[in-house]
Amino acid sequence: MTKSQIPIVKNFEMIRSQAEREWQALKIPEEPIIWIGTATCGRAAGALNTLQAIEEELAKGNIKAKIIHVGCMGHCYAEPMVTVAKPGYPPVCYGHVTPGVASSVIKNFLGGDDPCFEFLLGALEENPSIPTVFELPRFKHEFRSLLRNCGYINPEDIHQYIANGGYRGLVKALQLSPEQVIAEVKRSGLRGRGGAGFPTGRKWELCRKAKGNIRCIVGNADEGDPGAFMDRAILESDPHSVIEGMIIGGFAVGAHEGYIYVRAEYPLAVKRLRHALGQAEEIGLLGNNILSSGFDFHLELMQGASAFVCGEETALIASIEGKRGMPTPRPPYPAISGLFGQPTCINNVKSFASTSLILSQGAKLYADIGTKESKGTAVFALAGKVVNTGLVEVPMGTTLRELIFDVGGGIPKKRGFKAVQIGGPSGGCLPESKLNTPVDFASLTEAGAMMGSGGMVVLDEDNCMVDTARYFLEFTQKESCGKCTFCRLGTKQMLDILEDICRGNGSLEDIDLLVELGEDIKAGSLCNLGKTAPNPILTTIRYFREEYEAHIIEKRCPALVCKELIAYYILPDKCERSCDACVGSCPTEAVFTGKKRIKVIDQSKCVKCGSCVDACPPQYDAVVRISPVSQLPPSEPPPDKA
Amino acid sequence: MSKVNLTIDDVPVNAAEGESILWAALDAGIYIPNLCAIRERKSPFASCRLCWVEIEGVDLPATSCTTPVKEGMKVQTRTPRVLRLVRTSFELLISHHPVDCARCAKNKKCELQRIAREFKFKLKPGKFRKLLRELPVDSSHPCFILDPNKCVLCGRCVWLCNEVQRACALDFAFRGLNTVITTSGGKPLGESDCSACRECVSVCPVGALIPK
Repeated sequence: MTKSQIPIVKNFEMIRSQAEREWQALKIPEEPIIWIGTATCGRAAGALNTLQAIEEELAKGNIKAKIIHVGCMGHCYAEPMVTVAKPGYPPVCYGHVTPGVASSVIKNFLGGDDPCFEFLLGALEENPSIPTVFELPRFKHEFRSLLRNCGYINPEDIHQYIANGGYRGLVKALQLSPEQVIAEVKRSGLRGRGGAGFPTGRKWELCRKAKGNIRCIVGNADEGDPGAFMDRAILESDPHSVIEGMIIGGFAVGAHEGYIYVRAEYPLAVKRLRHALGQAEEIGLLGNNILSSGFDFHLELMQGASAFVCGEETALIASIEGKRGMPTPRPPYPAISGLFGQPTCINNVKSFASTSLILSQGAKLYADIGTKESKGTAVFALAGKVVNTGLVEVPMGTTLRELIFDVGGGIPKKRGFKAVQIGGPSGGCLPESKLNTPVDFASLTEAGAMMGSGGMVVLDEDNCMVDTARYFLEFTQKESCGKCTFCRLGTKQMLDILEDICRGNGSLEDIDLLVELGEDIKAGSLCNLGKTAPNPILTTIRYFREEYEAHIIEKRCPALVCKELIAYYILPDKCERSCDACVGSCPTEAVFTGKKRIKVIDQSKCVKCGSCVDACPPQYDAVVRISPVSQLPPSEPPPDKA
Repeated sequence: MSKVNLTIDDVPVNAAEGESILWAALDAGIYIPNLCAIRERKSPFASCRLCWVEIEGVDLPATSCTTPVKEGMKVQTRTPRVLRLVRTSFELLISHHPVDCARCAKNKKCELQRIAREFKFKLKPGKFRKLLRELPVDSSHPCFILDPNKCVLCGRCVWLCNEVQRACALDFAFRGLNTVITTSGGKPLGESDCSACRECVSVCPVGALIPK
């Protein structure tokens, strides 16, 4: 260790010992501690009401306890989640904590001695009396490294991050030369987590070697894929891991300024990030002369104005510059000429969070996880028709089958698996035959999907593939910036064709036209939004062509989804005549009581909302969807037309 | 400035280093279709997606406006793959453009007509459907008329107005298919910051900006 490196370590040790003391006090509490997940997902599930109920119950029972807000553990299916650490017991975790459950836990567990087993997910530590959560499928199969702190530490307390190994990567980096840091990141094999998978170390090297006076770091958290929330969860639950990674990145490429670009729809992430930036500056981990190392680095937060295309790096840079968020042709790549024409290193925030891990643990440990070409772990937002939805993290190379059926717990309601949409609107739909595909950059691309930034929507047999493709294309078409011909007009042409097919007005030539135009859009578009927009259509045609043909030839929607191709029908022999549930539920008065009190649907009034299906008691199950409409059995005319 | 030698459609061409293939070809009398290109513009806009070429040793067709010439480069401008992309791009543009040439002031000077002539395309959207808009024509300005329905969003007028004339009267607004060229706050051109230099009219490749 050289002389100049001593103060770095010494300065950090002071912060660290204080942080660890505070953390130890939380681990062996004198009074009960209640950890409540109040990230956006928890709040959406009612965590703030739960919090209020906890506070009221504590006051009512005159119980002393400390409440700590944490981020998202990734277990959306069990939100709101609360962990209670009571002296003498292992910390225990509860799921689905409604205000009623919360009151009952406080009263019986903290007020008494009953840990309320009925609401318990499990204990967070090995112990003789209470089963642990680690036996649950989600905990058992997952491998948490990027999300290691999410839901376990208070994102608004930098000391909790430091006590859990935080900022050690930065301290290590500051003792190395920038070239050594880049070499370490290169050794780890880390590839960009934004979706394209460009090797991060190589990007940093390009940026460092590029000609320019001022270099810049940009963290991309403009996460816009429908159903994806990985970046949000990390920023809300562990913002310092991103900040640390960005400082390391700044040191490596020689930048003294950085921007984190977060979409404005993430107000909590923005708030927590701002708080975290303030704390890091306060204790000297950000700003001038970081830990007396002589290295200056400033971070600024930028909020995007809800344009999906601004996730594309050149459009994002234009947006920071104050211009309209439109992509520009590459090359020049941002690493050579980016923000204000200067070399700019732009990475997804998950990539930055990974680099703090790589530096603190060492590249070797990171590179040991994953496959030969794709190192580390992959974070997915598992959504759709799957039991254990939420944020999952698995080593690269895990198969889709393991991910959906072991980690995700399979398809709910005993329905059959149909497809999985990976990579959001730019990704593709893979069928059951591709379930053994390992999750890594090359394998997913080869199968027609892509890694993307981590959206994963599971579809079951009740999902229509044509309708799914239409949904994703509608999104990209609306979000196209309108700059280039192929994306602006091509996606609209494709969407019109798909809408026709969904209405039963398609022709077989339309399928060929979709493929042809889709290929041209992929080849001809200016940026990756357009280049990937046809993927959902091309993959659904590739793997589910028969569904397209059923819509076109038979005017039949096999999944009974496309409204124009289905009709609702009440089975006379199943209809319980004394029940009026469907009649009352119908918003258009299409259901009437026919002869012998059997209910009948007036097709001319039916708007196909499906209310009658939901209203019909499950023991009768008399309302069915029929496709094609021509298969509809003749039924009695309504009284006014009889 | 040093010069490089290349061939475009097997014709030897001598072009300045750093020049894009598009301008090298046009200088040599080889037509490559384009709408958005402006020679003075340092970083090409690359929005019209018409100037496709194939370069020997490069897998995919590339836009010639964004590809600089290189010594010994072999460029083809009329290969099947290029023709397919040009046709699709052209037909997409036509699908969104009212073909009313006989009554258009730009008749016979229109770049879309030129492309159709050079490539023997019809002024029809081919397999695509017509997606016409019915936006109001802005004739509030004393010198020129803006018909947003005919606009191909090449961005030439925007660049000139903002970067050269510094009048900053025109810019893009809205997204996707709704993208238009408009003034600040959508005000009529007659009430906008327009300095009446009429440079935008001179660069419009189609009949969207027409002198009065």
